[in-house]
Amino acid sequence: MRNPVAALLLGILIGAGGLYFMLPYDAAAVLSGRAEVAVSAGGAVPDVDRAGAGETLQRIKRRGFLHCGVSQGLAGFSSPDERGRWSGIDVDYCRAIAAAIFGDGEKVRFRPLSAKDRFTALQSGEVDILSRNTTWTMSRDTQLGFDFAGVIYYDGQAFMVRKDSGITNARQLAGATICTQTGTTTELNLADYFRGRGLEYRVLSFEKNDEAISAYDQGRCDGYTTDASGLYAERLKMQRPEDNIVLPEIISKEPLGPVVRQGDPQWADIARWTLSALLNAEELGITSENIEEMRESENPLVRRLLGAEGSYGASVGLGPDWVIDIVRAVGNYGEIFERNVGVDTPLGIERGLNALWTDGGVMYAPPIR
Amino acid sequence: MSAIDMMGPPQKSGSVLGWLRRNLFSSIGNTVLTVIAAYLLWLTVPPLLNFAIFDAVWTGDTREACLGEGKGACWPLVWANFDQFIYGRYPASEIWRVNIVFALGFIALVPMLIPSAPAKRFNVILLLVVYPLIALVLLAGDRPGLPPVPTSEWGGLLVTLVVAVTGIVVSLPLGIVLALGRRSSMPAIRMLSIIFIEFWRGVPLVTVLFMASVMLPLFLPEGLSPDNLLRCLVGVALFSSAYMAEVVRGGLQAIPAGQYEAARAAGLSYWQTMGLVVLPQALRHVIPGIVNTFIGLFKDTTLVLIVGIFDILGQVRAQLSDPNWTVPQGALTGYLFAGIVFWIFCFGMSQYSNFMERRLNAGRGR
Repeated sequence: MRNPVAALLLGILIGAGGLYFMLPYDAAAVLSGRAEVAVSAGGAVPDVDRAGAGETLQRIKRRGFLHCGVSQGLAGFSSPDERGRWSGIDVDYCRAIAAAIFGDGEKVRFRPLSAKDRFTALQSGEVDILSRNTTWTMSRDTQLGFDFAGVIYYDGQAFMVRKDSGITNARQLAGATICTQTGTTTELNLADYFRGRGLEYRVLSFEKNDEAISAYDQGRCDGYTTDASGLYAERLKMQRPEDNIVLPEIISKEPLGPVVRQGDPQWADIARWTLSALLNAEELGITSENIEEMRESENPLVRRLLGAEGSYGASVGLGPDWVIDIVRAVGNYGEIFERNVGVDTPLGIERGLNALWTDGGVMYAPPIR
Repeated sequence: MSAIDMMGPPQKSGSVLGWLRRNLFSSIGNTVLTVIAAYLLWLTVPPLLNFAIFDAVWTGDTREACLGEGKGACWPLVWANFDQFIYGRYPASEIWRVNIVFALGFIALVPMLIPSAPAKRFNVILLLVVYPLIALVLLAGDRPGLPPVPTSEWGGLLVTLVVAVTGIVVSLPLGIVLALGRRSSMPAIRMLSIIFIEFWRGVPLVTVLFMASVMLPLFLPEGLSPDNLLRCLVGVALFSSAYMAEVVRGGLQAIPAGQYEAARAAGLSYWQTMGLVVLPQALRHVIPGIVNTFIGLFKDTTLVLIVGIFDILGQVRAQLSDPNWTVPQGALTGYLFAGIVFWIFCFGMSQYSNFMERRLNAGRGR
């Protein structure tokens, strides 16, 4: 072997061979994480398809953490901050579930999913729950084999216009040019809205959202439309955010909610009642700050919610302190909202429809009793 | 008069004007092209420099620093998120492990790249056998003193390099074997090689990654499903091997039959013929093609984003959604940064391939 190239090739082959013999061993032992190895070593792992009542919770407990599918970056709902920590409403909801199960809101791993592969990932068991600004529609609920656990954010398509245009409601948009992203339901909703009212309009569609927003910012369109929560995020990308206003009309219903696989009623119950617990906690004035005093409360509603009376946690396979753990970890729904998208954040979204029913919104959770 | 008298005085060489006239304004056509090119440069380069350097915001702690009229790139966004761009969500307390892996790779690679450095054979084994083992143990952990870091926490440049380096290291030997197999006289081996190559060349990488990441768990029980990043690594390696095989086959076909015949006549076995006579010549011919495949592979690593793994580009996009750093010029700044990082690596690879080509062709230079 005097030829250096031959020596190089031999070296590469040996290296590849070494990799080959090493990977099957390490793939199981190292790369897939210790907890999952423990599961496989324990045997008796049920197939995802055969997950019956209680199986999902069992599997999560054995694994030691929750797999939560979130978006790949949507301001206020799920986005990584500069220290790499995920934050947002969808993220906090998953932390709430992790807290309910483990008493620790950090025992959750986030799996960023694109709009395309989110449902496949849930079906295949890659994630236990999909908390990814997904609109609850009948077709998704009935045809894909999923259950929606409720509504965590009432969204809807809305318009943004420049303040100096003098437009204050959507009817004044007659004859206007609207910028939007192509290939989504926003275009369809837009057409429905204007045709239904016999109004003229022109639409300028772009492949990428960033192109649509910069076209609007450069004055090529009079208005820009997407879901209201997105409008507030997009407004931050403008040269002068304060010169643009979001019109009050909501032209489509986009109730966003967490999704679970069908076939495990207990897991669906946990998802649904975690959401209800967040809302009931806000309704009863229980916050992450006063949770310790609230444990001493005489109010029967509070006592039931916090597990001092009854055994509501146990009925879904959780501990008696499940709501206490949730509120300690992430606070109540109002706290989550204000922390991630509320008026004090850069997004600055009002509660609006997402206020409690007692405050003029439509957030109404079934009681825990 | 002889032809020599007809020629004018020789042009002054070395002066700027002479150079300009010879290279840029030698004919009407060239003059027009020069003017158009200069105009296009004038249109694009100054705004780019203004945006990236002169009007850019260089310091600041919050998004407010980057707001306002006429401000260029928002570099504080990059500084603030720099760790995310490089390491992804790798735990901050464990980042030293990634740094050691980067440093060791650099230390092992540099003497490999310098032709005059000694102990090449030792270096090869170090780089291709010892180093990957050390890197794997350090990055994945789960050893005494090294807490495990699941691959879902890896990200940024770390993932880009892991995917690209694995693809490069696996695809070259596998590609050579496949190319030899496709030219083999044994029908079974030839058919298998052809099927493998044509299958992997026939499907898009996006499909491969999507199948590996999302569809595979449907067929396997949960305990068996391998790690998501590992699935991507296998997919990328097999995919690039098929491309590499065709590049190498091109080189093999350029070797005259006389070389094979002479080697066999000299009594060399098949492997000796290939290893000592044919491959050294063939690979030298296809260095540009090999490096081309490497560069393409390096850039294709961004596709792992679709299976939920954030490479550097995906990490940039994810960080851009952070409302605390959403600024008008944020997307441009982030993509500019990612572009610069990719350019450094790809340009480095192409320059090294040029250097190797010149060196290996020194004897036959024209």
